[in-house]
Amino acid sequence: MAMKNLAGKTVEVNDEGFLANPNDWTEDMAPELAKEEGINTLTEQHLKVIRFMRQDYKEKGQIPTIRRIKNASGVGVQDLYALFPEGPAKKAAKIAGLGKPVGCV
Amino acid sequence: MKKLVILGAGTAGTIMLNKLSAALDKKEWQITIVDQNETHYYQPGFLFIPFGIYTRDDVIKPRRDFFPSGTEVIISPIELILPAENKVKLANGKVLNYDYLIIATGTQIRPEELDGLTGDGWRQNIFDFYTVDGAVALSNFLKYWKGGKMVLNIVEMPIKCPVAPLEFVFLADWWFTEQGIRDKVEIEYVTPLPGAFTKPIASKFLGQFLEKKNINLTTDFSTGKVDSGNNKIVSWDGKEISYDLLVTIPTNMGSDLIARSGMGDDLNYVPTDPKTLQSKNYENVFVIGDAVDLPTSKAGSVAHFEAEILFENFLRKIEGRKLEPKFDGHANCFIESGFGKGILIDFNYDVEPLPGKFPLPGIGPFSLLQETRMNHWGKMTFRSVYWNLLLKGAELPVESQMNMAGKMRMQQ
Ligand SMILES: Cc1cc2nc3c(=O)[nH]c(=O)nc-3n(C[C@H](O)[C@H](O)[C@H](O)COP(=O)(O)OP(=O)(O)OC[C@H]3O[C@@H](n4cnc5c(N)ncnc54)[C@H](O)[C@@H]3O)c2cc1C
Repeated sequence: MAMKNLAGKTVEVNDEGFLANPNDWTEDMAPELAKEEGINTLTEQHLKVIRFMRQDYKEKGQIPTIRRIKNASGVGVQDLYALFPEGPAKKAAKIAGLGKPVGCV
Repeated sequence: MKKLVILGAGTAGTIMLNKLSAALDKKEWQITIVDQNETHYYQPGFLFIPFGIYTRDDVIKPRRDFFPSGTEVIISPIELILPAENKVKLANGKVLNYDYLIIATGTQIRPEELDGLTGDGWRQNIFDFYTVDGAVALSNFLKYWKGGKMVLNIVEMPIKCPVAPLEFVFLADWWFTEQGIRDKVEIEYVTPLPGAFTKPIASKFLGQFLEKKNINLTTDFSTGKVDSGNNKIVSWDGKEISYDLLVTIPTNMGSDLIARSGMGDDLNYVPTDPKTLQSKNYENVFVIGDAVDLPTSKAGSVAHFEAEILFENFLRKIEGRKLEPKFDGHANCFIESGFGKGILIDFNYDVEPLPGKFPLPGIGPFSLLQETRMNHWGKMTFRSVYWNLLLKGAELPVESQMNMAGKMRMQQ
């Protein structure tokens, strides 16, 4: 695994740049991670989603799906795609310092 | 008397009933099974109905044909599970008490989850084949179709039998060729996944098949709505795909019963221990088949493998022993590929589908991730295996845990 410098801390990341350990994450890393995903400014709405995902992950031990985010955070799917274009589940999870969501089988 | 209640008499519930009924002492145990209707559907057969290979009659039998004597059978929708009180409420007003509960209520399609899907085009030029009615309606449509653009769209993952949509387009390619109109039909496969299938090696292999059969593949398409006035599907990020015929795989969700009972996740799947199949929240509740929230395929073959493990664990549980964490996510799927051929994949939680041979004592090896006539034969024989052996809980010559014998590890 590679190491990377984020917000002045050195953290371990996997080959797709997801944090290896969610506990290494602090909110000040989010803007840098967002830039990697092509999101230049994080708005309050972005942060609402990211904070929800962190909280839900802490409670449930699972990275929330789009459907989960929609049902439990109140941010609609259309808005999620506008905030995190192309792949909201994956992008938001990366910015929130969570692992890559498990694919489907 | 100790009481076991099984909810759902589909593939998984029926197998568990037969296995446990044979093993539990009738003087000590009362077993009750509940389902909302009398008819058992052989769902894998739905795939063949649109092409006139099977009819409705080929895929249905009375559920009661598969229940052992001495079972209390109740036909009624289930209203609510009260897991803290060990009670189940039925829509017919009856309340069942249980010592142990097995949840096997499966998963169903939810076309109403997608904006516009059940609008004007529904069953006009938009069809599903995950229900018998949908499959029959599609069959009637295809009989008279003169060609155009057929789009197969998976709305959202996970879906049960994730290979069925691929099989559908493979068979469609064959069928339109037989009808002499293949040159008038454009086929497009539209999926939210990054490739043709869920796991990388199989995805690449099956992607090549689509190409060979001249089926266009569109990946990473998360469907947001259907505009049936203009015959278009639209993704959440505004991409549009037009169709003349839309074959949809709608959102799949577990029973609303699970949501009403506060026992499910956002898709009404029940949190389940991945290795023992015990409910994560209630120690006298077990979950099997499509109703679980586990990262393996929702398939009849998986329900069968789970049943072997759950059977052992159930007996351990009632004898006060520790459960064996033995379920490995094993799945085994024949993929019908058209023109009398098929492909077989075998995998589990950790090992993705690999090429090689799949040994089957007495019958001979099947080829894995390779197209053969033998695999097609396996697929078509499955119906009689299902009715005559699988549902009755018979031992099949296939191990419940995945075996690496015959499989080839590849350098990626
Ligand atoms: C088109 C298609 C093709 C398929 N092909 C294959 C294949 O090739 N190979 C394979 O292995 N699998 C295949 N499958 C998947 C397979 O059919 C399912 O995985 C399997 O049937 C799951 O069994 P189950 O018992 O969990 O659910 P089901 O068999 O669906 O049973 C669930 C039961 O619960 C009952 N129920 C639900 N809610 C309630 C309620 N509230 N009250 C009362 N009753 C209720 C339902 O009536 C139903 O009888 C296919 C499925 C489809 C749709």
